[in-house]
Amino acid sequence: MKPAIELEVKNLDFFYNGNVHALKGISLPIQKYAVTALIGPSGCGKTTLLRCFNRMHDLYPNHRYGGEIIFEGRNILADKVDLINLRSRIGMVFQKPTPFPMSIAENIAYGLRLKGIRSKSELVDRIERALKHAALWDEVRDKLNASAYELSGGQQQRLVIARALAVEPDILLFDEPTSALDPISTAKIEELVVTLKKYVTIIIVTHNMQQAARVSDMTGFMYMGELIEYDTTEKIFTAPEKKQTDDYITGRFG
Amino acid sequence: MNIERKRKISGLMALTFSTLAALIGLFWLVFILGDVVMNGIGALKLSLFFNDPVPPGVEGGGLRNAFVGQFLITLLATVIGVPIGVLGGTYLAEYGRGRTLSRIISMLSDIMVSVPSIVIGTFVYAILVKPVGHFNGWAGAVALAIIMVPVVLRTTENMLSLVPWTVREAAFALGAPYYKVIIQVVYRGAATGILTGILLSIARVTGETAPLLFTSFNNAYFTVNMKEPISSLTVSIFQYAMGPYDIWHAQAWAAAFVITMFILVLTISGRLLLRWRYKQ
Repeated sequence: MKPAIELEVKNLDFFYNGNVHALKGISLPIQKYAVTALIGPSGCGKTTLLRCFNRMHDLYPNHRYGGEIIFEGRNILADKVDLINLRSRIGMVFQKPTPFPMSIAENIAYGLRLKGIRSKSELVDRIERALKHAALWDEVRDKLNASAYELSGGQQQRLVIARALAVEPDILLFDEPTSALDPISTAKIEELVVTLKKYVTIIIVTHNMQQAARVSDMTGFMYMGELIEYDTTEKIFTAPEKKQTDDYITGRFG
Repeated sequence: MNIERKRKISGLMALTFSTLAALIGLFWLVFILGDVVMNGIGALKLSLFFNDPVPPGVEGGGLRNAFVGQFLITLLATVIGVPIGVLGGTYLAEYGRGRTLSRIISMLSDIMVSVPSIVIGTFVYAILVKPVGHFNGWAGAVALAIIMVPVVLRTTENMLSLVPWTVREAAFALGAPYYKVIIQVVYRGAATGILTGILLSIARVTGETAPLLFTSFNNAYFTVNMKEPISSLTVSIFQYAMGPYDIWHAQAWAAAFVITMFILVLTISGRLLLRWRYKQ
């Protein structure tokens, strides 16, 4: 049986600062309810690619997209796409935890209010559910009104994941979510990523190859703005087709 | 003389001179503050706050008119100056971030901060007093507002810039439009800092005399009519201190004491707020 496809990247080009060619002709299908990892050395374009999926680049001037990214039959790179709606469907978790300067509960309510949810009981419900999904509920249930800054780095990152989950996105983008965390927090986040794929499609950028091997189903290896190889994680890490991939995963460069 | 000895001597000299310079500066500060406190407390009477001025020779006069006038002028100046400052700072740090126009505005407002306040007084005289034909409270409030704007604007800009950019990106990534990101996330993060800037700017204008001399001037009678000349503490202090009567001098000391304490409290609470914020 062929797995369902959530996103179809077709011949994607990306330029920033006018004409820096950061992504070159990238094509790949992203499987629904699977974890796709993007790996490669620094500057290979993996984060740039990730930030195309929720059009984060649009916050900055002088960028240009080429090609298509098809999501639910429509090209999300088209001019007329409603970015606010797109970003509520495709959430993102950043490298450093980004809690908002408000309470734990308010952090999660923020995204819900943006979606127009006003009812107090529904908010309370959804906050609890999101915190449970992010495996944070037991640690914060007694201090929902405490400032989010009181949490540890790992807890903050799970709070941010809960916040992203609360709006029930179809896709969650992770941009090196554990690079600022200690090993124990990292393990918790990785575990979480694996359980979350039941509800959302996950794309994760990581420079930690073991992490990619542990959490992902599919892996794309990128180098110099190109997608060198894209296959199941097992294949990429045991029997890659391309020599560059093999060199990278065996630690010969990068 | 060997080189180590030479260095030790230069080090000692640098220490001596800088300490001396600091002490000289501090001496005058303590001297002025002490003088104001000693003379001010002695002259402080309840009647100062509750009575209006009386002709020299009559007992029991006060400066109620000046306290009320000062309050009204400062309040109006804050109401005019703070929104302009905060919104302008928001433009500089958010919408106009990195633009040449923003850099020019930032630089100009830094210059504005150091423009002698009497220049602003004469400017407002030309646009709001001369055309009207007489001094008025509005002109005083506008003059003080003009002094406040660059202070509030620059603090707002700086405080907003301190909120990490990734926090904004995270809000965008949830599907928030920019104005909601600013109002609901960035302002919250910068609120204490902006409030401090506002407090400090109020402290700054409360002590201003020159711009009021040219605008709201003074009024020997109690009034709350901003269209008329209106009394203020600083201008009253100036006139009473220059006047020939001892009772005027005493009242000027008392008023100086009150206004100094007000500014001191405002400044200290501003600093405490900032420290509290950064401890978090």
